[in-house]
Amino acid sequence: MSADLCELGFLEAADALAKGETTSAELTAALLARSEQLEPALNALTWRDAEAVKAAATAADEARAAGDERPLLGVPIAIKDLLNVQGQPCTAGSNILKGYTAPYDATVIARLRAAGCVFVSRTNTDEFAMGGSTETSAYGTTRNPWDPERVPGGSSGGSAAAVAARLAPAALASDTGGSIRQPAAFCGVTGFKPTYGRVSRYGCTAFASSLDQVGPMARTVEDAAAVYQVIAGLDPHDSTTSPRPVGDCLADVRAAEDLKGVRLGLPKEYFAEGLDPEVERLTRAAVEQCRGLGAEIVDVDLPNSKYGIACYYILAPAEASANLARYDGVRYGFRAAAEELQEMYEKTRAQGFGAEVKRRVILGTYVLSSGFHDAYYLRAQKVRTLIRRDFDRAFEQCDAIVGPVTPTAAFKVGEKSADPLQMYLGDIFTVNVNLAGICGLSVPCGFTAGGLPAGLHVVGPAFEDARILTIAAAYQHATEWHRKQPKI
Amino acid sequence: MAMKFSENADRMDVRYVAGLARIALSDEEAAQLQGQLDDILAFVGELKALDVEGVEATDVAGEAQNAMREDEPRAGLSRETVLANAPLARHGQIAVPKVIE
Repeated sequence: MSADLCELGFLEAADALAKGETTSAELTAALLARSEQLEPALNALTWRDAEAVKAAATAADEARAAGDERPLLGVPIAIKDLLNVQGQPCTAGSNILKGYTAPYDATVIARLRAAGCVFVSRTNTDEFAMGGSTETSAYGTTRNPWDPERVPGGSSGGSAAAVAARLAPAALASDTGGSIRQPAAFCGVTGFKPTYGRVSRYGCTAFASSLDQVGPMARTVEDAAAVYQVIAGLDPHDSTTSPRPVGDCLADVRAAEDLKGVRLGLPKEYFAEGLDPEVERLTRAAVEQCRGLGAEIVDVDLPNSKYGIACYYILAPAEASANLARYDGVRYGFRAAAEELQEMYEKTRAQGFGAEVKRRVILGTYVLSSGFHDAYYLRAQKVRTLIRRDFDRAFEQCDAIVGPVTPTAAFKVGEKSADPLQMYLGDIFTVNVNLAGICGLSVPCGFTAGGLPAGLHVVGPAFEDARILTIAAAYQHATEWHRKQPKI
Repeated sequence: MAMKFSENADRMDVRYVAGLARIALSDEEAAQLQGQLDDILAFVGELKALDVEGVEATDVAGEAQNAMREDEPRAGLSRETVLANAPLARHGQIAVPKVIE
């Protein structure tokens, strides 16, 4: 029974709990037992506490027995170790947050808690979400469930691996330049980055505030949509959240059957040099299947997309250098021993931050420094406008853009970690979505000859989140890729 | 007056900038970072090929605007909660190394 319980998706679990087929205590115990068994090989989780989870699950079961009918009561979800959950550690994959206990709930956590969800484990992340492989985490690299010699992607590699390996039916993650979509593609799960301003960032450890967005990872589009419906919407604690109503897209997502009347844009820039031929073949096959479902495929141009990585690697480090100034050893987290204050700051940050974070903070400090601000930062902000305009024009011709999520399938552990620039180039298809503040998701679209998953990228205009979920659901309902399981 | 990119001004003094960012670097780290950051700056320098004359800057891509609320006192975290996370606390305060001689 317990192996079957781990197979339940997010909404399936809700259904099984409502019907009394299982209990939250039983379900979470099964997930934790599976975690116990697989974690030595995977390292997808940074924290789990069987006693605390059992208490929360039992409380949910008791509430249900007393007549509580909240649909998500007792449903387990894993949380990226970047989101504050009151009373739990929140490391952001960094040694500098050692010893920190979250004193409050992030808004997305408070909403899931109010819905009755149980937080079953915390998932590994690149340090402060800076990376595409989880190799920069202070808690070690997570392994890809499809091939443990390979990375799960990043930064939300722990969430992706946990969902793929059935350690949790769904997970929360965050996406600043592709950190939900790229690991979703690498691990064969569904990952959704909502429109900027759709989901509150309050309590999400800040990396680059104009780009960060929290979103779900799950094994189906329905499950991702169900989590999204709970966490999205206006939040007085985050002034960038939109007052537009979120609406309820779950019925449309569930019913999605075909793509008749849908125009999908295919950017030729996304099929250029550097795209692995196998990933290209799988992406094109998925686009053809969309055509078979009734979609009209049109060519669109995103002429400035090639500048996205350069633009991103100025703006994101600049914002990070400001956001990470708070980690100084004074108020929380790690503090290095020192005789005087300046020395304490410098040693705390030298010992507390890993190499990638130092690299980006120094880069960000440089591009914002007097004399270079206009040449780098301001110029990149202007290029960001050009990238936004590209999408605005493209969306005049189509309802959504489709293409690859990543230029290659999952690479080997260590393959790119010595060359930061090579790692950055892997973000080519994802960063522009963040720069433009629009929505995007990755849905499984097949496997390479070597058995590694690939993802189809579906990108929509700002606040058309329901549209891309529905399009992706129509594709997913016609395919079986999301049902394949890693043999671990 | 916007500063122009020059062909050779893109090399940063890593030690100086790390000092601004309050990060102590070992000699080995500084040498490694210098090479990596030179590569990254050369790469991001490709933006100078673009004509951005007259283009407005995007700071936040969204519809964010000033969000006003009533200026009313609200409960924050309690002193005990805050101090529980402090690396060092004394007399109900966060303690730091001596600042004034």
